[in-house]
Amino acid sequence: MTPPAPSTTATRVFPEWRDKSLDDALLECRDQVESPDFETVRRWREAGGKVAGHFQVAFPEEIVHAAGMLPFKVRGAPVEPNLADSHFGSYLCSILKTSLELALSGRVPMEMFVSHPICDAARNLAAIWGRNFDYPCQILYLPQNPNSAGSIDYLRHEYDRLRRLAEEVSGREITDEALANSIAVFNENRRLLRELYEIKREQPWLIAAEDAYALVSLAGMMPREEHNELLSTLLPQIRERDARPEDRIRVVFEGGFCEQPPFDLIRMLGRTVYLVDDDLLIGLRWLTEDVPLEGDPLRNLAWAYIERSSYSPVQHDLRKPKERMLIERIEGAGADAAILAAAKMCEPGLEEQVTYTHALDEAGIAYFMSEFEENMTSFSQLEMQVETFVENLLFA
Amino acid sequence: MSTEQTSENLVGRGNKEGAALFREWFSELHETAHQGGPAAYVFVMGSMNEVLKTFDLPVVFPEISSLQTAVRHSAHELLEVAEDYGYSPDICGYVKADVAVQIRGGKHPMGDLPKPALSVLTNACNTYIKWAEIWERMYGTPMVTIDIPGTREGGGQTWSGNSDFEADRKYVEVQIRELIETCEEVTGTKFDIDKFRETLGHANTMTRSWKRLLELNAARPSVFNALTDGTVYLGVANGFRGTEAGARYFERLVEEMEYKVANGIGQSIEEKYRLIFVGVPCYPIFRRFNELFTEWGGTFVSSTYLWFASGGFNRGFEYDLDDPIASMAEGSLISVRDGMDSMFHQDRVAMDMIDELGVDGVVYHPIKSCRTVSTGLADGRRHLTEETGISSLFIESDMMDRRVVSEAQMKNRIDAFFEGLASRRKLALAGQGG
Repeated sequence: MTPPAPSTTATRVFPEWRDKSLDDALLECRDQVESPDFETVRRWREAGGKVAGHFQVAFPEEIVHAAGMLPFKVRGAPVEPNLADSHFGSYLCSILKTSLELALSGRVPMEMFVSHPICDAARNLAAIWGRNFDYPCQILYLPQNPNSAGSIDYLRHEYDRLRRLAEEVSGREITDEALANSIAVFNENRRLLRELYEIKREQPWLIAAEDAYALVSLAGMMPREEHNELLSTLLPQIRERDARPEDRIRVVFEGGFCEQPPFDLIRMLGRTVYLVDDDLLIGLRWLTEDVPLEGDPLRNLAWAYIERSSYSPVQHDLRKPKERMLIERIEGAGADAAILAAAKMCEPGLEEQVTYTHALDEAGIAYFMSEFEENMTSFSQLEMQVETFVENLLFA
Repeated sequence: MSTEQTSENLVGRGNKEGAALFREWFSELHETAHQGGPAAYVFVMGSMNEVLKTFDLPVVFPEISSLQTAVRHSAHELLEVAEDYGYSPDICGYVKADVAVQIRGGKHPMGDLPKPALSVLTNACNTYIKWAEIWERMYGTPMVTIDIPGTREGGGQTWSGNSDFEADRKYVEVQIRELIETCEEVTGTKFDIDKFRETLGHANTMTRSWKRLLELNAARPSVFNALTDGTVYLGVANGFRGTEAGARYFERLVEEMEYKVANGIGQSIEEKYRLIFVGVPCYPIFRRFNELFTEWGGTFVSSTYLWFASGGFNRGFEYDLDDPIASMAEGSLISVRDGMDSMFHQDRVAMDMIDELGVDGVVYHPIKSCRTVSTGLADGRRHLTEETGISSLFIESDMMDRRVVSEAQMKNRIDAFFEGLASRRKLALAGQGG
């Protein structure tokens, strides 16, 4: 094996935003995120880097980062699943198909792929991927019983298994020191993402919903050091913007933990309301606090996953009933209402919608329910419905 | 044997006795519903019945009670009740039928169901988790998850002695001990390890018999229909797992099937094509669905359903009664993992069955309700075809929702499938002759 990976990588894959005005830099960010070609990943590979694809929702990116690989969040894409379609039957969500399409079409070549038992459909992905590609395609069995006294020990071992796999694929030893360095990089990233969300909650007029989304989304497709540079540069500029609050209602968007709503849908919502909090790409913000740097890094990561993490419909934790967590999110953001969305055919999302509606009814919180699909292109009907919902609230 | 073995007293006995046990089981549940006392809600893939029966807990398998509503043609009413409550037409029909039964106070076509005093689930199906969360919210009763890690990569199972396996086993063992504590709290009864050994012993008899049963269907002609008879056997295997009645049933069933093999007694039709079934049955038209195949002389000699819906009984893991809790952890890990493999890596299972059972064709039946089973079937089929060239049929419908079951469309495709099988056979014979 070659020596451990350096603590930070010199490879940069997204130079377009640099030395530009804030508006132009954000435009570049949006362009990157809207493109289904994942140019940043291609550049990484052209520079000789290896890619570890990981499906939604949460993944310990630090481990593959410490091996010098690029953790790429496989989150589907607005593409037609021309090649992938024949690998699936009906009644399935779109993200499965478009994610496989990215790999089959060669848009995103990888050296390894990892999925998780988040839902009945996604847990099939590693097997499907494995039948079609020669590189390792595995399930990382994140614990579904975080309330068990055995869950942290178990997860620590599971992370160690991932470490061994990443070493094999990358050809690099992953030392505890390299891991601690990676955790530090990701702690910084988490801090910056928390700051971004603080702006969304406290001064949502400073950043458009789609811009905030683009900034988060980029984290899953570029080196984190570079993403830290991006956020460190742009967040102060966003805070200094000369923008005034408008008379809009404050809304929490719930339902973006896995399949992503189309970018234009987020843009449309951003025109109509202030999206003050959401669960979009929640996996990138799964750990809610810094991971300790002292001690066993894998145990620290496992502990943080169990003890310091967010919530989603695909994780059961007796300490985190989803409806209570949603109400806390709504109250924490000072929101007036919620948009309860679910991707079409998403079993956990659709099931949780029922719980959410009953809980919000009980709490007297207004909500708007909707389904979406990443490939939908027409939003006029939906926009009209959202506007009507907003008018009802504003003029109630 | 006290009685002479004859066709009259042996052939068909398993189905009759299975039906009687079913009635007995649902009567017990009806009584519990009316007289009070705790009951557990559990699932077929990793029911932990061995622990629950140690505490004499009656068990409700909502998957089984839901499928019964489809077989008895009342599922559609229940689906509507749940959809009116807010559940999407696109989610699992089992869940929705059960929600409707709960909304109606446990009223079920086979008798009233008691409310859960606790629910126990594994992660073999993620919908189990979402489902149990519904009861947790409805009744505020404990929900115990037994998280059983599955195979990480196709063909990459680990076994006793491997450090990865040991980490998984320890995790499962901790959770089983936590389940025992919860059962003690719910029932107010102290855990009796000797009684636990007894239930494990009965489960050992059942898994041994189950494995033997599956092997016996390699006979020509096959001795039971994996789809129809198999569903009866599955019901008993789950509902009576770890009980003396279950153990006795399966010993007698094996006796029946061994007799049939020895005497060349097959299924009720002349077997022309030996098929395997991959997926979940079409319960809204259960008998008719089977007839669409038997009318052509097609018999189902095995199914992945008999593997995963038995919680991996096919693996034949027998518990070590000297170290019961650790052994139950190991057995649950191996068996439930195997059940998951027969869903996610069904292509590997099908390949094994084709060789062992002399199979002519594979019938895939992905369904709207169950993404655990269905998501990988199209890809698995592609792979199986590339590897073996075997004929296969891919028909989509549902296990509960008759709105997506089109019998006429199914018949067209099934007929075409058999015509293809017949042509293949003719060509093969011509090739041999020529």
